[in-house]
Amino acid sequence: MSERLDVRKTYKLLVGGAFPRSESGRSYEVVDANGLFLANVAQASRKDVRDAVVAARSAQRAWWSLTPYNRGQVLYRLAEMAEARAGELSEQVGRAEGTRAGEARASVGRSIDRLVWYAGWCDKVGQVLGGQNPVAGPYFNFSVPVPSGVVGVLADQDSSLEAFVDAVAAPLATGNAVVALASEARPIPAVLLGEMSATSDLVAGALNVLTGRTGEIAPVIASHEDVDGLDLTGADDDFAGELGALAAETVTRVLRGADPQDRGLKRLRAFVETSTVWHTIGQ
Amino acid sequence: MVEVSPAPLRLVVDDERALRPRPGASVPVVESEVQLRALLRALSGVDAVGAEARAAKLATRSLKRETKRAAIDLALSMVDLTTLEGADTPGRVASLCAKARRPDPEEPDTPTVAAVCVYPDLVSTAKTHLAGSGVRVASVATAFPSGRASRAVKLLDVADAVVAGADEVDMVIDRGAFLAGRLGEVFDEVVAVREACGPAHLKVILEVGELVTYDNVRRASWLAMLAGADFIKTSTGKVAVNATLPTTLVMLEAVRDFAESTGRLVGVKAAGGIRTTKEALRYLVVVNETAGSAWLDPALFRFGASSLVNDLLLQRRKQRSGAYARPDRISVD
Repeated sequence: MSERLDVRKTYKLLVGGAFPRSESGRSYEVVDANGLFLANVAQASRKDVRDAVVAARSAQRAWWSLTPYNRGQVLYRLAEMAEARAGELSEQVGRAEGTRAGEARASVGRSIDRLVWYAGWCDKVGQVLGGQNPVAGPYFNFSVPVPSGVVGVLADQDSSLEAFVDAVAAPLATGNAVVALASEARPIPAVLLGEMSATSDLVAGALNVLTGRTGEIAPVIASHEDVDGLDLTGADDDFAGELGALAAETVTRVLRGADPQDRGLKRLRAFVETSTVWHTIGQ
Repeated sequence: MVEVSPAPLRLVVDDERALRPRPGASVPVVESEVQLRALLRALSGVDAVGAEARAAKLATRSLKRETKRAAIDLALSMVDLTTLEGADTPGRVASLCAKARRPDPEEPDTPTVAAVCVYPDLVSTAKTHLAGSGVRVASVATAFPSGRASRAVKLLDVADAVVAGADEVDMVIDRGAFLAGRLGEVFDEVVAVREACGPAHLKVILEVGELVTYDNVRRASWLAMLAGADFIKTSTGKVAVNATLPTTLVMLEAVRDFAESTGRLVGVKAAGGIRTTKEALRYLVVVNETAGSAWLDPALFRFGASSLVNDLLLQRRKQRSGAYARPDRISVD
């Protein structure tokens, strides 16, 4: 009997609920913290960004039209999926970041806890960020947080899972759709989270995960007119400045310098707009 | 991949592929149904697998940079901006006309579309709003889309549109009669409508989705051209299967062969289901490679579409600015 061949995995993009290779057909090698080969990963091109934004735009309406409670359940299910594959995530986080097994497991545990935390926020942001305004007349005046729309995320380059979870779960919790560019050197845990999202009842296209060269892809996301918000965590100061200038062309909301360790509401606040509604009191 | 030359869009050297009618070519005069049958029977059958393979092959060709820019502008200038809904109002037609005159107000050099296509009762509205713009008014007629009415009613429908000022009339053929083999009846009807059109151009809709086979598409194309059609059009856009690349290829072969044997150039209009720039450019490649560069002209090739225009405008902006454009910055119809 012949020896069994390994089935090696090529990590694909997540665009519109499907897992395509890059439109360009390119891929690149990812190595672990010690420089040893890990896997081949799809290298996205500008056309993949275009496809992802189109998918995100149509998914955003469907995602936001769910009840906040339902969105919370979906994010919670994503946490369940991640919990079931925590072993695989830990191994990949450990190899990517060069940390010991125990430390990697703890990091994955924190990531999953953060998902649950954001899941809980889905039906609470309205009460916390919105409210009833005092008016001098016989009517109500409400402020309601609504999602910005499509949010581009440049994920943190070092923290392969924890920071990624924060960066994508926060805009998802407030009803945005996300086009995320994973860390260039450590993309695998992010891709795995994307795979899990496809079995979590998340609206196809609400989360899109691209992998590739940050220098090539980030400007395309930043200059895309149909991107409403941009999280620049993964860009250094100079590069973030350039990207911010591109984004300013179409008045894109930009989040810069968010601390990956920040446990406040900064990320939840980052990509919402306030809609003010008047209503009669009635009898 | 063929590297193509910059604008204006001439993808091949003119003389090599130019149309050469046979010596003494002329349109045969059809005098009887028997003769018409004989003419159509003499057409060879379509190699269905070959047509589909050829269309698929041509669809892989990509246009870049200057050529793409020129092709987008050309495609825009070939669009019949269409609204054929029960809910059409004069206001809607007015806004469509405004869009036809100036598809992208932020880019003043955007070419105008070829025509606005409406139901006969809205022709006069369209005519008023398009006055002096050079954009033509097309009207569907002959009990569009099913064509299920008596000849008299259909001719009145046409007369109505022509009196209201339609520059082009899109008629539907009687598919029931064609499929039942009553070819003479279909032919006579096209001839009668041709007369009723007067100076207006006649586009004959074959409704390829209902003709089922490529052989039928080829025969119906020839029948319409022999009866005097200025254009043959794929479909109404109201049935499940509309324009496809292989069917359009078969029709383009028909107009090419017809031109070679008769010397008369007939146009083709692909309608229904073409929504993206990518698809439109594939059609242009097929037009060029099948009928020849003479057909890369709004006088001989048209797209019947509504949402296609927005995608063309988005891609046009993308070509200009380098950044992907935002759909809601363009008028939504």
